[in-house]
Amino acid sequence: MVGGTGGGEAINMSTHEFAAQESHAHAAPQGFLRKWVFSLDHKVIGLQYYFLALAAVFVGMFLSLLMRIHLIWPTATLPLLGDIKPETYLTLVTMHGTIMVFFVLTTAPQGGFGNYFLPIQIGAPDMAFPVLNMLSFWTTFLGFVVMIAAFFVAGGAPLHGWTGYTPLSALQSSGPGEGLGADLWIISIAIFCLGALMGALNFITTTLDMRAKGMTMMRMPLTVWAWFVTAILGLLAFGVLLSAGILLLMDRNLGTSFFVPLVTINGQLTGHKGGSPLLWQHLFWFFGHPEVYIAILPAMGMASQLLSVFSRKPIFGYKAMVYAILAIGFLGFMVWGHHMFMSGMSPYTAFAFSIMTMGIGVPSAIKTFNWLGTLMRGRIRFTSPMLFAIGFVSLFVTGGISGPFLAQPVLDIQLHDTYFVPAHFHLIMGVASIFGIFAATYYWFPKMFGRMMSESLARWHFWFSFIGTYAIFMPMHYLGMAGMPRRYSQMTEVAYLHDLIPLQKFITYAAFITIAGQLIFLVNLFWSMFKGKKASDNPWEATTLEWTTATPPPHDNFGGHTPVVHNGPYEYSVPGAPRDYVMQNDPKIEPVR
Amino acid sequence: MASFSTTATVADPRISLGDDGIVPPVRSGGGDDGSGPGLPDYATRLRRARLGLLVALTPVLMLFVSFSSAYVVRQGLPSLDPRTNTLVRDWIPVTLPRLLLINTCVLILSSVFMELARRQIKGQAALGSVATSPRVSASEQMRIPWLSTTFVLGLIFLLGQWMAWRQLAANGFYVATTPSSSFVYLLTGTHAIHLMGGVLALFVAGVASLLGRSLARRSIVVDITAWYWHFMAGLWIYILCLLEFAS
Repeated sequence: MVGGTGGGEAINMSTHEFAAQESHAHAAPQGFLRKWVFSLDHKVIGLQYYFLALAAVFVGMFLSLLMRIHLIWPTATLPLLGDIKPETYLTLVTMHGTIMVFFVLTTAPQGGFGNYFLPIQIGAPDMAFPVLNMLSFWTTFLGFVVMIAAFFVAGGAPLHGWTGYTPLSALQSSGPGEGLGADLWIISIAIFCLGALMGALNFITTTLDMRAKGMTMMRMPLTVWAWFVTAILGLLAFGVLLSAGILLLMDRNLGTSFFVPLVTINGQLTGHKGGSPLLWQHLFWFFGHPEVYIAILPAMGMASQLLSVFSRKPIFGYKAMVYAILAIGFLGFMVWGHHMFMSGMSPYTAFAFSIMTMGIGVPSAIKTFNWLGTLMRGRIRFTSPMLFAIGFVSLFVTGGISGPFLAQPVLDIQLHDTYFVPAHFHLIMGVASIFGIFAATYYWFPKMFGRMMSESLARWHFWFSFIGTYAIFMPMHYLGMAGMPRRYSQMTEVAYLHDLIPLQKFITYAAFITIAGQLIFLVNLFWSMFKGKKASDNPWEATTLEWTTATPPPHDNFGGHTPVVHNGPYEYSVPGAPRDYVMQNDPKIEPVR
Repeated sequence: MASFSTTATVADPRISLGDDGIVPPVRSGGGDDGSGPGLPDYATRLRRARLGLLVALTPVLMLFVSFSSAYVVRQGLPSLDPRTNTLVRDWIPVTLPRLLLINTCVLILSSVFMELARRQIKGQAALGSVATSPRVSASEQMRIPWLSTTFVLGLIFLLGQWMAWRQLAANGFYVATTPSSSFVYLLTGTHAIHLMGGVLALFVAGVASLLGRSLARRSIVVDITAWYWHFMAGLWIYILCLLEFAS
């Protein structure tokens, strides 16, 4: 008998009644399908998410390369696409943005690393609902397949941008790709929302209910905090996007007028009237801005983790870091209007959104100074994960500093829809987050695959990526300030932009070199999986629970044991301790007075 | 709701980070001593499932909050009349079919029955600790089938909604007739899809009973479905009020 101890709901039950149902208590599956395809193991699901994102990032990157080529050689005939028409260019813009935001930046840091390491870092044998976890991945995968299918239907993929602004996105006849392609785009995102919601449900329940004994909330690694807050953001945001998607599908296919006002196409009335395109913008950006934090928060958690590990110092201001991440998550829901300053918004409303937006600078600065405080006087080990973590901080600051510019309505009038905006969000949301993913890959690869990645290849990869990223995106600020509009496909013949073409050429060359540098990562990843040096259980001498278990971790994560936690997650260089680090499950350390 | 009484006191406060006093719930039933494989007991699984449900209801709530805000915004928007070139209101209030009131009564009644079913299986589960599963299944047959009644009432509600839509259409209110009718179909339809999930869960619990599956699992499924069902009943009353009084 097992005694239930659940207070008022405690009911004694026979053990045999539920022993067989415990998904994380079952034996490891043996068949290929159950082990690697329809796996319930959070670690396998994490890898599935990771490789899905890897496939998606190369699709997204290929699309960006085509855009860059077209921008400087607009008459060139491209492989697979032939001549690029303006609408084809918009299709590239749309699909690049959508794939990158949803299937890379949301998928890899949260679905990939979060799935793999959240349960292990809190000492749990698996996620709370493993079947839901599996469904979450396969739903996301289906969403990706539907998204890619949009390329291959009549009319091709949509051209309404990743933000899907109405009425362009709401009318079947508004342009090529706005027929079946746009429907598939919306359906794909709706499917993605469902997958993301299932994932968020698991992350939150697991974090709240499955922590090992002694793992108090304030002993959780900052990575776990980041995944947890990200899951809450997803839970609140994706439902709203789903609702907007449903309304949009109804406008497109059932003749309703939620988002479509009285419009004519080629002189013909569409039959819609009275709808509001701004309603779509409000709903979309209520999701869209938290989505930015969904992409960046896990990377912040990873940077916090790695800076502490490789500086051999406790993270500077753990509590402040936790409260800052909560504040960023909260404020993230208050600022969606800053994407709509140019929509005819009342100046008073714009002022309120502006103040709230600049307010995010406060917790962001707290985090940045704490990262610098962690590095200060640390015994820094410049390993490849550390290089990418420092690179993240650099990109976060560079990309973040242009935020307060755009947050001011007066400046936004000038900068809106120019290259200044892509420069800002690519640095802070795109590449900074990607650097978080790279840092996490180099850091956790030994635990995931039991082998070390090549350090020299990793360093080459870092410098290609770091310098390349700045070479691509820093000049875009100048293009924007000089008035070059974004989303336009052909600007080589525009007189006032003529002097800026050399800068565009430079960016394209830089993009070529940076993308070539990513092949180094790809080679390193797959080569190291099979040929890398064997890794020990704790090669980085880190303290969190994933480094206390075998490499790779066994099916139930801790080989039949449940760890008991006695220490905080960042106990490095502890005075009086036998080593320069104290694991979380080591006997409790006493402070030296 | 979820009971979080299975806690352990952590004796060792952290030394450098400060202790916030939050103590995590610990898996009881073999896993909390740091040595067992960690098979959670019934209470833990029930608590976890309820927590999961609570979390899962959040996006459902957000979905309807989002629809509601769209409803309020769209209601206040004027529309351009191309013939007169003036702004006019195109929001024609829909007269809701009286059938919806009967459907509401059916749903509330089903919610009561669902609660009785939840308490019934909870009692059976308590007996389960002293009886083997087949014997409990046998005694279950003697009880009032609240679960099946709820299932049938759920289907009647869905059928009633279908009939209400037919009535609306017969009165000339189709999905795209006027924005108000669009919202009637949208809100009632989305609610119906969500309630179908509850009906499906009841069906699963019924099939599990027929297949002689463990009482513990059925008990948890019924408990979760019951809370979900109550939420759906409350949500329906909210939707009805929104459509009736906010148009």
